[in-house]
Amino acid sequence: MAEIAVSQPQNLPVGPVGRYGIGWWGVATLVASEAALFSYLLFAYYYTGATTQQGWLLEPSPALKLALPNTLLLLLSSLAAWWGERGVLQRRRPQALAGFGLAFLMGCGFVAVQCLEWHSKTYGIGVSSYASLYFVTTGFHIVHVLVGLLVLLAIFGWTALDYFSPRRHLVVSAGVLYWHFVDVVWLFVFTTYYLTPYLGFGR
Amino acid sequence: MRQPDFRTPVIGADSVSHEARLLSLWETSPGLKGFLATVDHKQIGIRYIVTAFIFLAIGGLEALVMRMQLAGPNLSLLTPEQYNQLFSTHGMTMIFLYASPILSGFANYLWPLLLGSRDMAFPRLNALGYWIYLASGLFLYAGFLTGNGPNDGWFNYVPYASRDFNPGLNEDFYALGMVFLGISTTVGAANFVVTAFRTRAPGMSVNRLPILVWGTLTASIANLIVVPAVSLAFFLLWMDRQFGTHFFDPAGGGQPLLWQHLFWIFGHPWVYAIVLPAMGMVSDGLPVFCRRPLVGYSLVALSTVATMILGFGVWVHHMFATGLPALGLAFFSGASIVITLPSAVAVFAWLATIWLGKPVITTAFLFFSSMILLFVIGGVSGFMTASVPVDWQLTDTYFVVAHLHYVLIGINVFPVVGATYFWFPKMTGRKLDERLGRWNFWTMFLGFNIAFLPMHLTGLLGMPRRVYTYNDYGGWQALNLITSIGSLVLAIGVLLFFINVIRSLRLGAPAGKNPWDAPTLEWSVSSPPPPYNFAVIPTVASRHPLWEGRLGTDGGLSSLDRGMLLDSGKETIGTSALDAEPDMVLEMPGDSFAPLALAVGLAVTFVGLLLRTWPAAGAGGVIVALAILAWLWPRRELREREPAHG
Repeated sequence: MAEIAVSQPQNLPVGPVGRYGIGWWGVATLVASEAALFSYLLFAYYYTGATTQQGWLLEPSPALKLALPNTLLLLLSSLAAWWGERGVLQRRRPQALAGFGLAFLMGCGFVAVQCLEWHSKTYGIGVSSYASLYFVTTGFHIVHVLVGLLVLLAIFGWTALDYFSPRRHLVVSAGVLYWHFVDVVWLFVFTTYYLTPYLGFGR
Repeated sequence: MRQPDFRTPVIGADSVSHEARLLSLWETSPGLKGFLATVDHKQIGIRYIVTAFIFLAIGGLEALVMRMQLAGPNLSLLTPEQYNQLFSTHGMTMIFLYASPILSGFANYLWPLLLGSRDMAFPRLNALGYWIYLASGLFLYAGFLTGNGPNDGWFNYVPYASRDFNPGLNEDFYALGMVFLGISTTVGAANFVVTAFRTRAPGMSVNRLPILVWGTLTASIANLIVVPAVSLAFFLLWMDRQFGTHFFDPAGGGQPLLWQHLFWIFGHPWVYAIVLPAMGMVSDGLPVFCRRPLVGYSLVALSTVATMILGFGVWVHHMFATGLPALGLAFFSGASIVITLPSAVAVFAWLATIWLGKPVITTAFLFFSSMILLFVIGGVSGFMTASVPVDWQLTDTYFVVAHLHYVLIGINVFPVVGATYFWFPKMTGRKLDERLGRWNFWTMFLGFNIAFLPMHLTGLLGMPRRVYTYNDYGGWQALNLITSIGSLVLAIGVLLFFINVIRSLRLGAPAGKNPWDAPTLEWSVSSPPPPYNFAVIPTVASRHPLWEGRLGTDGGLSSLDRGMLLDSGKETIGTSALDAEPDMVLEMPGDSFAPLALAVGLAVTFVGLLLRTWPAAGAGGVIVALAILAWLWPRRELREREPAHG
């Protein structure tokens, strides 16, 4: 007769400890779905570009003087958010607040520069399929940045309230993960709209 | 008081006081508050099921009206525009508001019970999924009821759907409603994925998962990836219509075929997403009535996954007639033919299970086993249209209509009705009436085949689909009349099903814990199950914990009566992804109004967008933001933060 097997785990963490909790998985699945959304946006760009006539690109050599520094700014904000998360992990609240605050301000700077960039365009959204794709894709990204900014703001406030510790910080880590996603996805958008024309796509 | 961060769960046996304690922790509050704020997966699951069946009835009535119009040539019961709206709304209803949500409903209800858990991973997300489903369904139907239903088919091709050719609000209702509904599908899918990987009974490693879980998990992963494609397509269409963009408009350098690509990149994987969980129902239900385990469990599980992976690469077979390059057609034709292989694995596994078992003929068995036949018919007609030249002949004819109904009714409705006969006793504590069940089955089965088998011929004779009437010289007259009669018989069958459900709620024979002597965990708890599902967390040692007495196991026996008590809060166990080793105690949220508030905020936003009333859309956005903030606010009882200043 076989024995009855009873699982008797020892010393289990109660609730999310560190990054390990189901909330992390939840945010990761939603990030995966958002990544799919952006891949379809870029698919729309490449598909339309590949099946269209010459002269489709309204800017055969896209100006990089705003976009490139802005990309760096967004990447640095990701670094700042990471540094803030380190602050939580090492129980250094001033560092955490500085990191999240800096990331937030840099993100705001990115949005401001992106508005300037939109303003500097000589064409509007309804001029052609290229213009529509450009504004809607970068617009989708801006919306994600704005959501990310609200997330950073919430994390900043909760850190100020001293909610987190090296053990309980899943909310912070999940929020910072989202911010990293917003940055990484921009690299794809930036490469597609600002760099591939130099490589010859759509020319 | 500072709660410990680590704990060794107390092991014990069930007792009356323990159950009372769990009940006070898990029970939804009574009255309206509980109704609006509940996060109990069983209540939410039943809501999904009831709502989806109501949409099935509505979609069925729409079909009956169309069949009256088509019963003879040159009838004028409906105007062409009415017919367009009816067939488009019928497709939208059946595919988006019935076929997928009904499976979500069963999965929501059953998963934690099948997995030996006390709830889904994200109970509040579960509630949100339902509220958005309901709100978006009402939104879409508000269009139809005001004469603004979709009128270009469920797949809504441009340029028909462009503003130049369709200036009303019809397509705006449809486009925004679909984006809205997509949120529900996505959050639901995320919940299923995390639930499957993280909240199972200890010992329930992936090779012990019920096939229903495999099916829904696979479909959910697909949904996460492909639903954004259709949401984006509909959003871009709305932009084209309202803001003068040119995504699909050739005059502005746009690509009409982009719509078809985005739609079918979603649409074909989605076809599998609405049949794989239903196939899982058959794989789990049929063996119970064959009195033996499913033959070829591993092969069926793997073929489920293989079907989905191949399913990502077949979407162009909906576009064979659009003039794409021959090489592309060859690739997608090949993939569409290969995908029959994993489907055949499942069919042979079911047949072998019946062959090697000792079948007990119940109504559920009849529905499950007849599904095999309907699946083969629908599969063969699909296999035929996977061939490019055959497809060129048959595309846009009634042959395709016959095919898709064999697939959707055969592999979704029949298993779902079978699953209702199978699991209704668990949900309500009462069995459905078997005698009425036989009448129910045979009217549905005969009605369905009378309606749709001749329709293949109608298509081969060249009758185009989506026409509101036809002339009497095509030889289609008798066939259409037969189809109309069959559809009426089918409808009577469905009506008998609803009657049986309503009657049996009060009059059905009491079911007890395990009326079918079935092997899986949900049958080890009372019918209906208590709010906390399992008084102690079971430990699983095989695929069939309740049949171990007769079948044995490789190692020890499953433990259903002794296990972790987890009664110091609303708690369940978190387990590792593959082996289901316990690795944390999960603190579960209680009733919450946040999901409802979020769904209401979204509804206000979408109505604002539809009517181009930007302040309303903005106000909805603010409600959404506040609801999310309240929802995510780190809480001590969920151990998301430290005690204040402690």
